[in-house]
Amino acid sequence: MNLDFVLFTILATLIAASAVGVVSSATIVRSAVFLLFTLIGVAFLYFLLGAEFLGATQLIVYVGGTLVLVVFGGMLTTAGPFNVLRTKTAEWVLSGSVAAGVFALLVSISLQLGARPTSTGDIPGPGPLGMAFLTTHLLPFEIVSVHLLVVLIGAAYLARAKKKAGSP
Amino acid sequence: MVESLAEYVPQSLAMILAALAAAGLVFGFIGTSTFLFIWAERKISGRIQDRLGPTRVGKFGLLQSLADGIKLVTKEDFVPTGADRLLFRIAPYVAFCASFAGFIALPFAEGVVAQPLNVGAFFLLAVLSSEVFGVLLAGYSSANKWSLFGGVREAAQVVSYEVPRSLCVLVPICIAGTLNLNTIARQQEGWFWNWYVFHDPFTFLAFVIFFIVATASCKRAPFDLAEAESELVAGFLTEYSGMRWSYFFLAEYASMFAVSGLASLLFLGGWHTGLLPFEPAERFGPLFGNLVDVGVFITKGSLLVLVMMWMRWSLPRLRIDQVMLTCLKYFLPISCGLLIGVCVWQLYMPKVLAEGVRVVLAVGFVVAAIVVVLSAARLKPSPQLSGAFTKP
Amino acid sequence: MTELGLTHFLILSAFLFACGLLCIATKRNAVGILMGVELVLNAANINFVAFTRYLPGFRIEGQVFAVLVIVLAAAEAAVALAIILNFYNNRGTVDVDQANDLKG
Repeated sequence: MNLDFVLFTILATLIAASAVGVVSSATIVRSAVFLLFTLIGVAFLYFLLGAEFLGATQLIVYVGGTLVLVVFGGMLTTAGPFNVLRTKTAEWVLSGSVAAGVFALLVSISLQLGARPTSTGDIPGPGPLGMAFLTTHLLPFEIVSVHLLVVLIGAAYLARAKKKAGSP
Repeated sequence: MVESLAEYVPQSLAMILAALAAAGLVFGFIGTSTFLFIWAERKISGRIQDRLGPTRVGKFGLLQSLADGIKLVTKEDFVPTGADRLLFRIAPYVAFCASFAGFIALPFAEGVVAQPLNVGAFFLLAVLSSEVFGVLLAGYSSANKWSLFGGVREAAQVVSYEVPRSLCVLVPICIAGTLNLNTIARQQEGWFWNWYVFHDPFTFLAFVIFFIVATASCKRAPFDLAEAESELVAGFLTEYSGMRWSYFFLAEYASMFAVSGLASLLFLGGWHTGLLPFEPAERFGPLFGNLVDVGVFITKGSLLVLVMMWMRWSLPRLRIDQVMLTCLKYFLPISCGLLIGVCVWQLYMPKVLAEGVRVVLAVGFVVAAIVVVLSAARLKPSPQLSGAFTKP
Repeated sequence: MTELGLTHFLILSAFLFACGLLCIATKRNAVGILMGVELVLNAANINFVAFTRYLPGFRIEGQVFAVLVIVLAAAEAAVALAIILNFYNNRGTVDVDQANDLKG
């Protein structure tokens, strides 16, 4: 029972509990808060694994950017204060059993993997990662940058203020 | 610290103890510094507005913050009807935890850091930008339109200002070639022209822009649109009182010091005085040298915080459209230009010329500062102000 | 099972994936579905980073994939929110059950 394992257990409990919270919350902003805890938990999981750069990226992109955007979207599209959209019980049962099935399948596959080498030492830091992005993995890097440009233009186009119909 | 503890107790227990000690120290530092900064803020605002500021509690009113603290603790913990109770209650802690986490990666001296991180600068930016979430939550959960306006404004402002802030941080990082704050500070050892702020004209401008943008991302005046007491009552703080309100205050002052500390690590030589051509911790022994280092670092950070206060009480507040315009139309292109400029400078500037520019910039700045201070000292105070200090 | 290994991370990620799936299936609010997608992507990312740590031939590639997933998730959220806002402007609701214009 070493410290890593204890920390993992605490983090995993936090992540799992808040993921359940995301699913079960009625209002959208509450879901977003639980999602915040999930994402922070995952970021700390990356720190625990030694991937510091990824942990910080997760924090800055998800928590500081995406999640604020999501909450913003949730607030802008809610008709009244603390609006709730209910789901039918039958839908809950059906999708719950599907999710449970998928979970059981994934767990059984994970357990079949058996004992793997415990650890391969420290993960390469931001330096080697940056070198990889500019040498061996240049193509995915370029694809992502072009993709971001497309998204920038596309999102701005979609979300722009519409002209009234009929006006030139 | 972990190693020395591990001689007495098991390794994992030693790590937990070290973590607890670091957390306690950081919490103590945030508490004490906020205590003093609030006092300083009131004194400075008083003097700027021809008043005395707090004078009653303690010498120079030093214990005013303590009196306020007692008042805040004893206030009723109040949640408005119609508010989302859970979110309303946790929002202050979300904001405070973000600021607190920033201090984890902030080195106060050589190796005096809660958790040395290879990506310290990046981590600091990341956690400081997550403070916005607490404010947004506070604004939403209060069920009050002024709070909501404040929260939404804050979100828009911080998400936009994050971009030029990160770009300005990249400028010294381009020169340093590392994200490790400890290493960056060590590279600026020696005389003050080794500081990155004087490295070339681009870093000098980057420091100025970073400082303005950091002020904005701490939602300090002239960018305090989230509070904007003349328009929005108190913005996202409207419904808060007592301890929860003071957690927001702790978060604000802590993040002010965190960005000031980041600025001094990246641009102003970190814990180096700039007047000693060696590392104090290595010359004076670990204990005394580190104490000197920590003192220098805290002094630099606090001076920058005082400049923020000075700006707050001197400049009028911007409108929200002006805030967004300043960021997206001016700061963003300028900081992109600075980043390109510093890369080109690194690549193509001859070494001798670069050194010359560095010394000229540093000495010129110091001379200009001395001239400004001397000419300001010759100005006479207004008769009302000098009258205010004479005892009746 | 007291030594931390790859399996623990895989099980956690499977749980997160199932939660994301459940979220996508049950939420009627379009923004809620977006959150479900984020959960699924995070589940995948945990796997990538765990592989980086535990598989020798995956040290750089795992991180590269994880960074790409984070970036694409952010991009996806931006576009999805733009679409949701458009939908809300046209229909006055974000209930995905109302999005049935193309129903035969």
